[in-house]
Amino acid sequence: MKMTGAQAIIECLKRENVEVIFGYPGGSVLTLYDALQTAKYPHVLPRHEQGAVHAADGYARVTGKVGVCLATSGPGATNLITGIATAYMDSIPMVAITGQVAVSLIGRDSFQEADIRGITTPVTKHNYLIKDVNDLPKAFKEAFFIARTGRPGPVLIDIAKDIFATEIDFEYPEEVNMRGYKPVAEGDITAVEAVYQELSNAKTPLFFVGGGINLSDTSEIMREIVTHTGVPVVSSLMGLGCIPHDDPRYFGMIGMHGTYGGNMSTTETDLLIGLGVRFDDRVTGLLKEFAPKAKVVHFDIDPAEVNKNVRANIRVIGSLEWSLGTLYEKIKNRSSADWHEQFKPWYEKIVAWKKDKPLSYKRDSERILPQSVIESISKITNGEAIIVTDVGQHQMWTAQFFDFKNPRSFLTSGGLGTMGYGVPAALGAQVGKPEKTVVCICGDGGFMMNCQELMAIADLNLPVKIIILNNQYMGMVAQWQRSFYKKNYAHSCLKTKADFVKISEAMGVPALRIDKKEEMVEQLEKALKTEGPVLVEIRIPEDEDVLPMVPAGARLDQMIMGGS
Amino acid sequence: MKHTLAVLVENKPGVLTHISGLISRRAFNIESIAAGYTEEDDMTRITVVVDADDQYELEQVVNQLSKLIDVIKIIDLTGTDRVHRELALIKVVATPDTRADVINIVEIFRAHIVDVNKETMIIELIGEEMKIDAMCELLKDYGIKEIVRTGKIAMCRGPKSAKEVD
Repeated sequence: MKMTGAQAIIECLKRENVEVIFGYPGGSVLTLYDALQTAKYPHVLPRHEQGAVHAADGYARVTGKVGVCLATSGPGATNLITGIATAYMDSIPMVAITGQVAVSLIGRDSFQEADIRGITTPVTKHNYLIKDVNDLPKAFKEAFFIARTGRPGPVLIDIAKDIFATEIDFEYPEEVNMRGYKPVAEGDITAVEAVYQELSNAKTPLFFVGGGINLSDTSEIMREIVTHTGVPVVSSLMGLGCIPHDDPRYFGMIGMHGTYGGNMSTTETDLLIGLGVRFDDRVTGLLKEFAPKAKVVHFDIDPAEVNKNVRANIRVIGSLEWSLGTLYEKIKNRSSADWHEQFKPWYEKIVAWKKDKPLSYKRDSERILPQSVIESISKITNGEAIIVTDVGQHQMWTAQFFDFKNPRSFLTSGGLGTMGYGVPAALGAQVGKPEKTVVCICGDGGFMMNCQELMAIADLNLPVKIIILNNQYMGMVAQWQRSFYKKNYAHSCLKTKADFVKISEAMGVPALRIDKKEEMVEQLEKALKTEGPVLVEIRIPEDEDVLPMVPAGARLDQMIMGGS
Repeated sequence: MKHTLAVLVENKPGVLTHISGLISRRAFNIESIAAGYTEEDDMTRITVVVDADDQYELEQVVNQLSKLIDVIKIIDLTGTDRVHRELALIKVVATPDTRADVINIVEIFRAHIVDVNKETMIIELIGEEMKIDAMCELLKDYGIKEIVRTGKIAMCRGPKSAKEVD
């Protein structure tokens, strides 16, 4: 069928079942926008390209579908970089479409020209520059396939401006055929058997779940394995929600701000089974002393993750759906009671650790403490909300004190640690799940980095609830300065004449401030049950620390404890 | 330890950037890299010599490179029975007084003189890395003006091609 390049792109998006595009127009993509408008293609307009890419990311995380964002050439495209890098680090399926200057102008430092393919190479799974309209359908077919299969990730398609208007005889490829990209689904069955053997011989095994479980939608089978065997389980930041908080075998997050029980069990385990994890430095602490007594098993779809940071004794490469399914079949050879009996003393030991030093804070404080806000949000939403955070102290308090129940319910920039992620990602999440309560928890620093998206939230009347925990500092920076830089608060103070409530109202989102402890729960409840969007600013003490904390370069059992 | 990898890639624009970019951002130690066309029109072969501290580092190099979509296959040629060669062009000072000595060295190394003038000559030498190093060392005394080397390329002995190796 004959059509223009722009119409062909719309055809491609339809074939890939793209429900919505998050984009921002500009010179190089005008022809494409013209066609999008004519076709009435669903489109959300954030107020900054960075907002568009984080929104596409948030959409992808809650729905499991490929998020799509669109920007013009040059500055439009470079504004996507932080968001693409965020998605890359957290393995989020995304296709970013950018306009490029016309073919004849490429390479001449033309107006709004940037080598976006070159710039995004280190932060994309793959990228394309389209200079011939006939390459469009294949590139789109491949891009979506690459983004969603194997270890998911962002793919960028840069398209020269004149391609949008060039005629093409459109035909969408039925299949992809790439010699260099064949994601593995099923791995080595003997590796799974070896894991079963090790588990049968282990005295103190530990499951360690990560973002891979969320991304592969295997939380259910993971829960069944945990229930059947009674093997204790801990989580990374990205794995939160995979195991419900009230599973008796679950001992929370491990790492720099992990629980005492979680970090101690990681130190003492004789068989650490990592599932869809990267063994990031925020998890391991001092790498050479991480899980010092353990044989390590690493389940991952990406062979390059194994032995990158932590040396694995057994690797299980393949989709978690396959590997966990296979493992579960083997495990069922023995009765649940039998397994539980094997790990009983170990389990009781961890329970004692947890009881001895649970996560805590000064509950009797006269001020509103951030941990109590998180606990209240958790209670009011019954742990069912989709929680989006920014990056910093509030992110860690949310990870520690929100009682997550469901996979894909915690959206946070884990790998890259992107401040400014929260508000636009919440926008995208709400677009993806209109029926869900979406709560965005921010600090006063990160909120400002993309607060322009309040306008988009207001104009679309998306019922996002935004909670700013305002300690008037870049809290995490200040915490490090307090602990490791002799309280030299170098440029981390954000005390301001500005008024968050007024900012929010000016952008069209109703807002309120909570400053009395006794009114906190009631006011929060009211805000969270408001029909449309709402912003709540809560003043919290400026010197509250995230604890426990493993100082950088220390062992996991060398936690600084705290609270009361 | 040094390893020689044959990296078969799609012959597309940007592939070399992807590969060299990955090598630098992952901080791998690369000794040489040589790329060129192959028996298939749409395939390029890149020979990479990597200096890896241990097997884990080598595994990372191979696994990370393999993740690039345009990388079709990677074969570690280290330890296999193989032929490896490098080409060097060396511009050396050769005055009427020293020319005979230089020609003598060229003959000993089975190299070729491919250009000559009153002051210098260009020597072409094909061989293993050590042979080229040795010749350069000898020619130093006469005054080397310029050296250009291609980097190592390698091929397994026997009937199988690299893409057929498991």
